Amino acid sequence: MPERSDTSHGFGRVLVAIYAVFAVAASARSIVQLITEVESDTVVPYVLSAFAGVVYVVATYALARNHRRLALVTIGIELVGVIAVGLLSLVDTELFPDQTVWSDFGRGYVFIPLVLPFVGLWWLRRTSRGPASMV
Amino acid sequence: MNDPVAYGIAILAVLVAVFAGWHTLRRREFGNPLFYAVCVLEIVLLALLVGGSIALGRTSRDVDGVLFISYLVTMVVIPPAAVVWGIAEKSRWGTGVVVVAMLTIAALSVRLLGIWKGAYA
Repeated sequence: MPERSDTSHGFGRVLVAIYAVFAVAASARSIVQLITEVESDTVVPYVLSAFAGVVYVVATYALARNHRRLALVTIGIELVGVIAVGLLSLVDTELFPDQTVWSDFGRGYVFIPLVLPFVGLWWLRRTSRGPASMV
Repeated sequence: MNDPVAYGIAILAVLVAVFAGWHTLRRREFGNPLFYAVCVLEIVLLALLVGGSIALGRTSRDVDGVLFISYLVTMVVIPPAAVVWGIAEKSRWGTGVVVVAMLTIAALSVRLLGIWKGAYA
């Protein structure tokens, strides 16, 4: 039982773990892509991969250190990002010749990138009410 | 590196995940049986790191070596990290971290097979 209304304890520990996995996965993929695959006409997915990686890293840090506002902003960006990129990658396949974590609503990652921001927002809301309501 | 190895490790990781998930649901503490289960997986992953590296050196396949080795190393690092983090969390969710870690291992194992076969090239 967590005794604090803190985003990093209790269920938050699991959430931070999942975010950490995606922070590593997205930024590692991005670094590999930037080193090996970037050509001038295919910049969009690689820049996006790098951006997604940074968003996950900052979100992980914010949740782990209980920076609520920073967590809210980064999870918000993540939510908008996964939906916008998901839609764009379906509408205009030319724009995304290579995969990013957010392509096709994160299908390459069993749609966890689509579900994760909702869980993150729910958790921020839940922990804002104080210790009494925590699981 | 072949299908039985990759899927065998994935299945083993999922089994440990289920065991850890049972702890989470039943609010069991992080006990020795779970610790030993993670240890068994870790030994298998260390063997995979060694075996995979040797196989990479010998194969004539066009495998992305840096990516392959980075996956092997990541898989070895995850279980100890999960155990440390899981024990640090005193609520029921400590073992939940182990669930996440084990499912990650399973996913990485399947992806590792894809890298070996050049499926992402």
